[in-house]
Amino acid sequence: MFRWIVARDLTLAWRRRADVLSTLFFFVIVVSLFPLGIGPESQLLRTIAPGVVWVAALLASMLSLNRVFQNDYQDGTLEQMLLTPQPLYLVVMGKIVAQWLVSEVPLVLIAPLIGVQFDLPTDTLVVLFISLLIGTPILSLIGSVGAALTLGLRGGGVLIALLILPLYIPVLIFGAGAVDASIIGVSPQANLYLLGALLAISLIFAPWATSAALRISLE
Amino acid sequence: MLEVMNLGCVRGHRTLFSDVNFKIKSGTLLQLKGPNGSGKTSLLRIVCGLMAPETGEVRWEGAKIRSAGEEYSRNLTYLGHRNGIKEELSSLENLRIAAGLAGLDLSREKAQEALKQVGLLGRENLPARFLSEGQRRRSALARLVACTTKLWVLDEVLASLDTAAVKLVESLIAGHLSNGGLAIVATHHDLNLSAGSFERLELATGIPGLATSMERPS
Repeated sequence: MFRWIVARDLTLAWRRRADVLSTLFFFVIVVSLFPLGIGPESQLLRTIAPGVVWVAALLASMLSLNRVFQNDYQDGTLEQMLLTPQPLYLVVMGKIVAQWLVSEVPLVLIAPLIGVQFDLPTDTLVVLFISLLIGTPILSLIGSVGAALTLGLRGGGVLIALLILPLYIPVLIFGAGAVDASIIGVSPQANLYLLGALLAISLIFAPWATSAALRISLE
Repeated sequence: MLEVMNLGCVRGHRTLFSDVNFKIKSGTLLQLKGPNGSGKTSLLRIVCGLMAPETGEVRWEGAKIRSAGEEYSRNLTYLGHRNGIKEELSSLENLRIAAGLAGLDLSREKAQEALKQVGLLGRENLPARFLSEGQRRRSALARLVACTTKLWVLDEVLASLDTAAVKLVESLIAGHLSNGGLAIVATHHDLNLSAGSFERLELATGIPGLATSMERPS
């Protein structure tokens, strides 16, 4: 069941590669604008790098969230998923995992490369990678709740940003905090642990909340 | 057996219907009729458990569908207004995924067989966006061929189908009924069935109390 959902969504993403690539390019371009706008002051760039990369990651993830349920809702396949003889929790988990693999993993992989633009040392690039690796699943999980709540609403795109961005704040603080710590030479462990804790909490609650929201949206 | 008791539905501030009662047994088809906006789709969605009724309840084999949950879903196939097929996927992929989600591991050959039956042979690997409206509907109908569920809930199933496909649907339903299945079908067409018993429920618009009538054509 779970495997069917993930495989299905990955196939769909492959058939609509443009959607996926646009999210990735958005991320790359937003992050690249800062060095261009600020100029080649490596000290300043290093200071703002964690925040810039993380904020860009949040915004890029917002872009892809709209698609999580919207297309399935419009063509009626979401309805069918609600009627499958498996817990809705599993369906939702499958869709979130697929969304993370498709929209967030490429971003995590390319982030170290982008970090080079900001003159970040290798250690810090590693921390950036790890913090994004732990942090982006949280974005997908929390985001799915918003996507389910705004399903079928007009102007859902703006509403989802208003709903979800405030909830992303802890992820931003600890994620950027970990990279910051590594830049000033302090251990980033505490921040990463806190990110891990956030991930655990959202893994438990987000799919459940999303399921409930989907049932309401489809009434 | 499917039992619907005292069902009422309110959309917006309007009562669509109230006090709908019916009971259908194995081998029976219930045809739902009524003008546009009389609540046929809402009634079907309530029966599926996609929507909560304002009053009353739906029971499957004596248990409320809310509490029967997944056990009920295992027995149910719903074909709604929207076909429930992905434009980017081929009919074959659509069918196999739909079956997989319903907990049925459909082999490639069996899926092809089902698609042949609905007349999509030779087009089974074409992405659904290249199919015509009627062919998409046929692609959705392939789910009925492949599934082994007991209760079929079909909403406007004959829309955009040609006469050959209408015959196909009739024979599918007749086969389903003679295997002891149940079906609820919302349609304006008169179905020509070779097997199974037949009941009709008429929903009228907006006038509470006069909302429903039940007849049994001989």
